[in-house]
Amino acid sequence: MSKAQYKWIGTRPDRPDGADKVTGRARFGADFNLPGQLVGKVLRSPHAHARIRSIDTSKAEALPGVKAVVTAADFPDQPNQIVPTGEMQVNLRDITRNIMAREKALYEGHPVAAVAAVSDAIAKQALALIDVDYEVLPHVIDVAEAMKPDAPLLHEHLITEGVNPPPTKASNIAKRIEFKKGDAAEGFAQAEVVVEHDYTTQAVHQGYIEPHAALASASEDGQVQVWSTTQGHFQVRGFCSRLLNIETSQIRVTATEIGGGFGGKTVVYLEPLAIRLSQKAGKPVKMVMSREEVFRASGPAPGGNVHVKIGAMRDGRIVAAECRVDMQAGAFPGSPVGPACMCSYACYDIDNVHIVGFDVVSNRPKVAAYRAPGAPISAWAVESSLDILAQRLNMDPIDLRLKNAAKKGTKTAYGVTFNTIGMVETLEAIRDSEHYKAPVKPGYARGVAAGFWFNVGADSSAAAHVGEDGSVTVISGNPDIGGSRASLALMAAEELGVDYNKVRPVIADTASIGFNFVTGGSRVTFATGLAVVNSVRDLIRELKVRAAKIWNVDPDGVMWENGMAKPAGSNVGEFEPLSLAQLAAQAGRTGGPINGHAQLNVTGAGPGFGVHVVDLKVDHDTGIVGIGRYTAAQDVGTAIHPSYVEGQLQGGAVQGIGWALNEEYIYNTKGRLENPGFLDYRMPVASDLPMIETILVEVPNPSHPYGVRGVGEVPIVPPTAAIGNAIARATGIRMTDLPMSPPKLSEALDSAALKIAAE
Amino acid sequence: MAKIHVTTTINGAPTEFLCDANQTLLDVLRDTLGLTGSKEGCGSGDCGACSVTVNGRLVCSCLVLAPETEGAKVETIEGMADGERLHPLQKKFVEMAALQCGICTPGFLVASKALLDRNPNPSETEVRFWLAGNLCRCTGYDKIVSAVMEVAAEMRETVR
Repeated sequence: MSKAQYKWIGTRPDRPDGADKVTGRARFGADFNLPGQLVGKVLRSPHAHARIRSIDTSKAEALPGVKAVVTAADFPDQPNQIVPTGEMQVNLRDITRNIMAREKALYEGHPVAAVAAVSDAIAKQALALIDVDYEVLPHVIDVAEAMKPDAPLLHEHLITEGVNPPPTKASNIAKRIEFKKGDAAEGFAQAEVVVEHDYTTQAVHQGYIEPHAALASASEDGQVQVWSTTQGHFQVRGFCSRLLNIETSQIRVTATEIGGGFGGKTVVYLEPLAIRLSQKAGKPVKMVMSREEVFRASGPAPGGNVHVKIGAMRDGRIVAAECRVDMQAGAFPGSPVGPACMCSYACYDIDNVHIVGFDVVSNRPKVAAYRAPGAPISAWAVESSLDILAQRLNMDPIDLRLKNAAKKGTKTAYGVTFNTIGMVETLEAIRDSEHYKAPVKPGYARGVAAGFWFNVGADSSAAAHVGEDGSVTVISGNPDIGGSRASLALMAAEELGVDYNKVRPVIADTASIGFNFVTGGSRVTFATGLAVVNSVRDLIRELKVRAAKIWNVDPDGVMWENGMAKPAGSNVGEFEPLSLAQLAAQAGRTGGPINGHAQLNVTGAGPGFGVHVVDLKVDHDTGIVGIGRYTAAQDVGTAIHPSYVEGQLQGGAVQGIGWALNEEYIYNTKGRLENPGFLDYRMPVASDLPMIETILVEVPNPSHPYGVRGVGEVPIVPPTAAIGNAIARATGIRMTDLPMSPPKLSEALDSAALKIAAE
Repeated sequence: MAKIHVTTTINGAPTEFLCDANQTLLDVLRDTLGLTGSKEGCGSGDCGACSVTVNGRLVCSCLVLAPETEGAKVETIEGMADGERLHPLQKKFVEMAALQCGICTPGFLVASKALLDRNPNPSETEVRFWLAGNLCRCTGYDKIVSAVMEVAAEMRETVR
């Protein structure tokens, strides 16, 4: 069906939760309270690495007003077992140690105890009364340092996976992964031009404005209720069930409105602590992180060191490519080095590719997913190298990418062969854009870069209920972070043939709808959207049965059109169409309530490609980069609600701009984070930016009835290299280390000026 | 520690509350008065999610001590709509998708209204610098700035 035939898809109605969110009525994590609730607070390690000899909580417990104190001793130890969380894998043994340190504190901010008290002041006082006997150990922050054989060891049991034969000695290298296609050495032997460079990136935080918050109420009969700001309340339930040995059915988790996540709210920090404290205290416990705690102890995205080597013919055809990524995992294994490696060359059709990655632990908080986890790190290196190649070949950077672009049938280095994708169309969209065709303004320079993300499907459940007046409630189970209620309601309205405003989308708690995987991987509009479409189709099937009963005909004789049951053909008989309201009014006589359901494991997520172009100027005195114009193009499948699709491109691009120009975790020699606040961890503000222009390239995903592709993650992948490439063209200086912050850029400019002066 | 008795006006309504000397206006709004529309993103005045006006002046309520509002007029997001009629800024933010997660939205709306109250004809640059004290991590600010500009234009049209 072409888009012109859609009534609702592609329109821009008000989001169903809009009024609540502009009036302050919407309730986010910290906005939930229960009568008699206690305040929960966490005691955190001041050391980057320390053995915990003992913890004495007796003085804290004796303080009037303190109702419970927990340490690792209050949580059962866990087996060495890997379970999925969002797009990442976690080990239960590790996650129980991450929520509460056991043998050792592994990073500054690592929880070592928690208290629940009747007031904030008493809870803080209680923390000060807990006596932890630490044996401070040597620490390691830098990945290259952590990989050295004599580096301080975080985990005495950690033997590198993926190496044959396995090493006999423990190290900080958790895993080696490798992807091979063709023969890279042979490819490089043919190559007429080879570029080879090293790049680094620093850890950055997702920077959601809402700190983590959880409210837990455990009853004496074993039942638990949790209100949590999370990207996946089913995930919260699953983790808490495992970590506390409680059956999932005994835990009911309600996802509050969520104030941003970007991957960082797919794991648990506070929830198991709040439940355990509530169990011990016999009262509800509310815990809210401070911004400083968010920075120090919730998952940032990793930094990485990347080596890239690309070989090409003089006509621009890439014949060989190598990439090595050494990535920070934080204190426990499980960095997104896999996706970083897989995404590195996914935009291109290259015969000979060799990619190696290392997952490395160090004394930093355990990393969490952040928008296209891992991909921006390898893309920074690969897309910068492609720009160097384009300059060497004197080729337009878009033409170089077009010459090598992946298309339907391209086999990736990680083994997947692409179905219908839009890399070529997206490059062409930028090439033909007003922005790219416009001359670069004097004083400015232009950079381009591309990016890729897989997008995911996974488990979703949905239900569609007809009310007694014929209006429809669509129930799903994914927290709405960026307008997904609107996109789900649009698809339901389209499918059902009713007005968008007749469909009320609701996000149910874990006890009120079947399992749903996290809001992550750009999956909700795609996978949960498919579950919603299927639940509505199931509902329509039921509606036809009801109409058939009323007309006393076979259900096959009923068709559903424009929100009404109609006879499928003249042979069925002459009947007036039945509206939803009419069918609902007679439901009691035709079989009772009219509902539809769907549960799916969704496959066929369509990968996404983005191409960004930026015009910027560099202030040579200060090293400050001014963005003059920015355009992001992406193959978005079908834009269900184009405003929110544009919003994903704009927001992702700006997070990438922050990653490129300012954001970084800065550690001192003691292994303590020096910039755990928004003043010193400098995210982009409105005055840093121009409007972010968007081009939605609609290449429908053949695996979805409305052609949906995930769109949320790709936009953060191209910006760093697009900006670095523009800076190189503006200054002649190729920056290889992120961020390209004013001090670093001005230093590079100064040393380049000195070099020229010396010559 | 004895509590301090404060008499103030919040969203036009005479309001009294008891607070500690070191309690912030944000804590009193949220925890004592149940006005949870103002959000705490940082507690250090860097994110603007707790923006309110005190005697017409735009402030971060996390940086104002509650006793300082004695005799003052405080306006929060909860006072922005007129009964069931949304303020034009509120309407436009929804219409133009100027919010994604929505946590920063109350702060942006309060700050934007404070801007338009003193400058009905701001340039894009003025809007961007006025709102530079409010962090949004979802939208890239594009649709927020556009919405504020459009409301300003519409309000000028109405006045004329």
